[in-house]
Amino acid sequence: MQRNTGAPISRVMSLWEYANPKKFMQVSGAVLPWVGGLAAACLAIGLSWGFFFTPDDFRQGSTVKIIYIHVPAALMGINAWLMMLVTSLIWLVRRHHVSALAAKAAAPVGLVMTVIALATGAIWGQPMWGTWWAWDPRLTSFLILGLFYLGYIALWSAIDNPDTAADLTAVLCLVGSVFALLSRYAVLFWNQGLHQGASLTVTQDNPISDVFYWPLVTSISGFVLLFLTLVLIRTRTEIRRRRLQALLNRERRT
Amino acid sequence: MPELGKYAVEVASAYVVSLALLGGLVWLSLRQGARVRAELRAVEARRNRSDG
Repeated sequence: MQRNTGAPISRVMSLWEYANPKKFMQVSGAVLPWVGGLAAACLAIGLSWGFFFTPDDFRQGSTVKIIYIHVPAALMGINAWLMMLVTSLIWLVRRHHVSALAAKAAAPVGLVMTVIALATGAIWGQPMWGTWWAWDPRLTSFLILGLFYLGYIALWSAIDNPDTAADLTAVLCLVGSVFALLSRYAVLFWNQGLHQGASLTVTQDNPISDVFYWPLVTSISGFVLLFLTLVLIRTRTEIRRRRLQALLNRERRT
Repeated sequence: MPELGKYAVEVASAYVVSLALLGGLVWLSLRQGARVRAELRAVEARRNRSDG
C-alpha cells in the first residue's frame, strides 16, 4: 500500500480521507462488528419471516417464498457491479488504491449473489413457467453479467502489476455495466420476455401486497448489509495483502 | 415446518442452495482474512526484530 504522503493540504474533513488505507482500516475495523451483527439480524428475521410466517400466493402456491432470496440476491448482483463501477471510476480518476481494492474485493460477493439469483430463478421457473431457463432478455443479460464477474475476477489474477490490473479491470467493469443496467431495465423495453417487472417500487402503489412486502424489505436490508460486511472484510484483507507484498519486496531488496 | 404443499422440494432446495453458497462465501472471506493477517503479523515482527 502507498504510504500517506504528508499532511493534508486542507484541514477540511472530506470523504477522501477514507481513501487513506490507515484511516480506512481504523474506521472499517470499528464499524464491522455493528454492520455484521445487523446483517445477521436482518437476514435471520427476514428469511425466517418469509419462510415460516407468510401465506402462499393464490396462483404460485408456496413457491412465492423463493422471492425472499431471489429478489434481494438479484438486486445485489446488479448493485454490486454498479458499486464496482463507482469505485473503479474513482480509481481511474483519482488513483486511490483503497477504491481499486474495494472493487476487487466486491467481485466475488457479486458473483455469488448472481449465482444465487440464477439458481433460485431456475428452481422457481421450473414449476411456474415450465422451464428452468429461457432466453428472455432479462435472464440473458443477467447471465452475461455473471460471465463478466468471472472475467473480471480472472483478469485481476492474470496481471502481476497491481496498478495495471486495477486499470484494465476498471475498463472491463465499465463495459460490463451495460449488462448490469440491461438486466435491470431490459424488461421495460423488450416486452417479449417471460420475466415480470419490478417487485418493489419507491412509489406508494406496490405491485405486491403488504404481507409479502415487509419480510421482503427486511430480507433486502439483510442482503445489502451482508454485502457491505463482506466487502469491508475483504477490502481489509486486500489492503493487508498489499502491505505484506510491499514488506516482502523491501526485505528482498535489502 | 410450514406447509409447503406440492412445491416443498423447490422451496426448500432454493433456501438450502442459497444459504450454503452464502455460508461458503462468508467462511472463505474470514479464512482468507485470518491467514493474510497472520502472515502480515509474522513479517512485521521479523522486521521489528531486525530493526532493533
